Amino acid sequence: MTRIVMLAATALVLMVAAVFFPFLEISAGGMVRRSSLLDAVLAFSTGMMLPLTFAVAALIIVLPVIRLSTIVYALAPMALGWHPAKHAVAAFRVAQALRPWAMAEIFIVGVSVALVKVAGLAKLSFGPAFWTFAVLVLVTVLSDNYMCRLTVWKTLEERRK
Amino acid sequence: MSEAHSQPALTARQAGLVGCHSCGRVHEMGTTHCTRCGVVLHSRMPGSLQKVWAWLFAGMVVYIPANIYPMLLTTSLGHTSESTIIGGVIELVEYGSIGVALIVFVASVLIPVGKFVAIGYLALVVRPGSRMTRGSGLHGRQRLFEVVEFIGRWSMIDVFVVAILSALVQLDFAATINPGIAAVSFSLSVAFTMLAAQSFDPRLIWDAEETQAA
Ligand SMILES: [Zn+2]
Repeated sequence: MTRIVMLAATALVLMVAAVFFPFLEISAGGMVRRSSLLDAVLAFSTGMMLPLTFAVAALIIVLPVIRLSTIVYALAPMALGWHPAKHAVAAFRVAQALRPWAMAEIFIVGVSVALVKVAGLAKLSFGPAFWTFAVLVLVTVLSDNYMCRLTVWKTLEERRK
Repeated sequence: MSEAHSQPALTARQAGLVGCHSCGRVHEMGTTHCTRCGVVLHSRMPGSLQKVWAWLFAGMVVYIPANIYPMLLTTSLGHTSESTIIGGVIELVEYGSIGVALIVFVASVLIPVGKFVAIGYLALVVRPGSRMTRGSGLHGRQRLFEVVEFIGRWSMIDVFVVAILSALVQLDFAATINPGIAAVSFSLSVAFTMLAAQSFDPRLIWDAEETQAA
């Protein structure tokens, strides 16, 4: 439990860093453009594409943040040996429901493909936020691997008494 | 019961029990809410198959424009070129990036189409009275469902590629990249098929054992 909580909390901190630091850097013909994760998300923000903006923002930033926060909220008190917090059950149910919709790891693969696609057009290099985000994905995958859904539910039930 | 594979498995429903689909706790039949996590208990999700068919159909319908209309609009020197999902894959092959082309092809074509077929197949074979209900291969069906549920989200790769490219390649370059309408319908298709997979109640797979035992 402690390990999962630590990993999830780390991932949350990394997410904040990943959103605001430059994510990718592109240069062509002497011009350089830095773009943060937020810029990538806002790319669709014109006209008809607006709904897609919300979708991408939700999938790669908002939903992972909610999922990580609910995991920390539901599990942290138990990692410390306390009774579960109020609504811990509801929080963990949210975390469970969001799992398929948090797509940070898929986004990383998307970045790699984009890199190859743009190679003929300009030179791309990674900013600090890319590495932060990559570590975040790794940490999330690790904490998911340690987390056994059934064990968590059992502990939640036992500690409630 | 399960020592011998030739014997049909005993389902929870036959044993007078109902398992929670959310946390796995088992209750006596007739319990309305899970005592552990609080969700409403159903021995089988009501209307599961109708929901599966509805989402699956919606996903297939929007997958058509996703392939016909352009995914990416590249404007360079006043000239705009459009590329569809397949067009993008062909472009990658021409660059010589076979591996990446393969990733995109698998994520955008093989996985979605495979999902349509797999979910359709599962929904067909679990129908009560289906001729394809035989004791053999139920483990295989369960495995197929787990794979479909796990793999479906990876189709989103191409949408993220479009998002990143449009963000990076903007006015200050020789070229501008904008998302095409297919990006929207493709995302919807992925979301709808994910919902179709989530609406499917895998417990239905094991009902074939009940009919056989009866
Ligand atoms: Zn439950």
